[in-house]
Formats: sequence, C-alpha cells, structure tokens
Amino acid sequence: MSPQTCSSRRALLLEGVRDTVPMLVGAAPFGVIFGTLAIAAGLSSATAIGMSVLVFAGSSQFIGVSLIGAGTALPVLWLTTFVVNLRHALYSATLLPFARDWSLAWRWPLAFWLTDETFAVVEHRFRTKGAAGGQWYWLGSSLAMYGNWLLWTVVGVSLGQSLPGLANLGLDFAMGATFAAIVAPQLKHRPALGAAVAAGVVAMLGRGLPYKLDLMLAALAGVLSGLLLEQWARRKEQAA
Amino acid sequence: MNHWLAISGMMLLTVLIRASFLVFGQRLAFPEWLNRALHYVPPAVLSALVVPMALAPAGTVDLSLRNAYLPGILVAALVAWKSGKTLLAIVVSFVVYGLWRWGLLPG
Repeated sequence: MSPQTCSSRRALLLEGVRDTVPMLVGAAPFGVIFGTLAIAAGLSSATAIGMSVLVFAGSSQFIGVSLIGAGTALPVLWLTTFVVNLRHALYSATLLPFARDWSLAWRWPLAFWLTDETFAVVEHRFRTKGAAGGQWYWLGSSLAMYGNWLLWTVVGVSLGQSLPGLANLGLDFAMGATFAAIVAPQLKHRPALGAAVAAGVVAMLGRGLPYKLDLMLAALAGVLSGLLLEQWARRKEQAA
Repeated sequence: MNHWLAISGMMLLTVLIRASFLVFGQRLAFPEWLNRALHYVPPAVLSALVVPMALAPAGTVDLSLRNAYLPGILVAALVAWKSGKTLLAIVVSFVVYGLWRWGLLPG
C-alpha cells in the first residue's frame, strides 16, 4: 500500500465522519433516552449496552426494550424487530449497485452498520460524487454513528433515570434538517418530486401506525408514484 | 426471559435484513425496471422522515408560529435546492431554527 492511497483512504474515512456530524447531534438524545428506558424496563446495564453494541438499530431497540419490559414472548419480539427493520432491505437494495464489487469482508460489516442516517449520507455521496473508495467513506459514517450511539447509551444507562425535557430539547431537528438538505436538490426532476410528495402525504396519513409501517408504506407509495410519473412522461415524449 | 437470547435474535434479524441485498454482490443484477424504481427510494424515504417532523413534530399537526421545525426545515430545503451545498443549508437552517425557537419567541 503506497502512502498516498493510505492517506486518501484516511481522507475518505474522515469525510464520511464529517458529513455525518449533524446526524450525531440528532441521535444523541435518543441514545440517552434508550439507555434510561432500558434500565427502567428491567434490563441490566450490561444487557442494555449490549443491545446497542449488537443490534444497533434505534427504533427496534426502543420497541424491543418496551416488549422485554412487558414480558412479551420471544417470537413476538423477533417478529416485531423484523417488521420494524423491513425498510432497511430497501436501503440494502439501493446501495447494492455501488457496492457490488466490494469483498464480503466489507459488505457484511457495512450492512451491520446500515442505519437511516448512514444510508442518507452515503447514498447522497455516491450518487453525486461516485463510489470510488466508497467503502472507507461508508466506514467513516458508520463508525461515527456507532461510537456516538454507544457513548450516549452508556450515558443514559449510568443516569439510569429519565431526564425530563430531554426529548423536548429539539435536538432531533439536526436530523430533519440534514435529511431535508439531502433530499431537496433531488426534487428538480418531476418524477422524484412526485415520489417525495406521495411519500410525504402517506407518511402524514400513517403517523399512528405501529412498527414503522408508516415509513414502509410511504416509501412504497413514493417509489410507485415516481415510476408511474416517469412512465407517463416517457409516453408523452414518444407521442410528441 | 433470557435477555441475551432476546438480543441475539434481534441482532440476527437486523443484520440479515440490512445485508439482504448487499450480501449477493455481483451475483445479483436487477432488471431495468427495478433499477429505475430504486432511484426513488431516497427521495421517498427521506421525505417520509422529514414531512411529519416539519408539520407535526410532537405528533399532532402544528402549523402555528411556535413550531420552529417547519421554518427550519423549509430553509434547509430551500438553501440546498438553490445552492446545492448540503453543509451550508444545514448551518443556515440551524440558525433559523435556533432564533425561531429561543430568540424570536421567548416563552
């Protein structure tokens, strides 16, 4: 390995970390809240932290500890985890074209770390700047999210009690702003705009649905709308 | 209940779903229509995450002036749309959100 490729790898890794920083701010309060909730639900410090180390999926961890606290049977817990995480299969499929040629030793760990936040950051980067050396960028984003999640879980576990007002601090805005800034420039093509509008409407209508089904339904509605609009535009072009 | 068993199952399911397509690598080529469909996953998913946060940050629809998420997220989207600079858009939106929440409307 030449020193030059070594430094460019480090540069890519650091860019991945840098582009993920706003997401870290947004995820921090959830890490703390998760830690406190896990203790309140009867998990030991070790199992609470262990869940963040091994599962590393915010929404499923929240639902998981509440089900464990309620003494839910294991098959129900696992089925719920499966449904809550279904959207990640869409991310896996969307990123495959960029990651096709990477070794399994890369693809397994990067898949383990594939969160909503890292998906948004990494997909944006690959689409706009190409995926050359992208494993290092993805790794940087992943390690930042992972380290951040573990750190704030430990903080929550050691506090062991809920902090009133933490959820209302509004730090999650950082995540919303980043998602908005990433998505807006994509909406200059009409089918993509249609996909976004359809997904937004379905997400609003489905807010009360359990298991993150609102997100899954919204994603499917958006993709379908985008495809139909694209088809329609193509047909009009051919007719003209 | 054995908590470690519960967590192991959750870990297995989560990583299997996340690896579901990635793990196939070169052995999986999508048909053309599916490739086109996947282009709409990012705008669809990100909008599905952002729109409820902007319009109903606390769960119920809030279009009042007290909802700082709405102007903040609109500014993030507008600046990114105009400039194409993600970081600039985020920083400007933080300022707007912060002023709106803690500056303009005390109490």
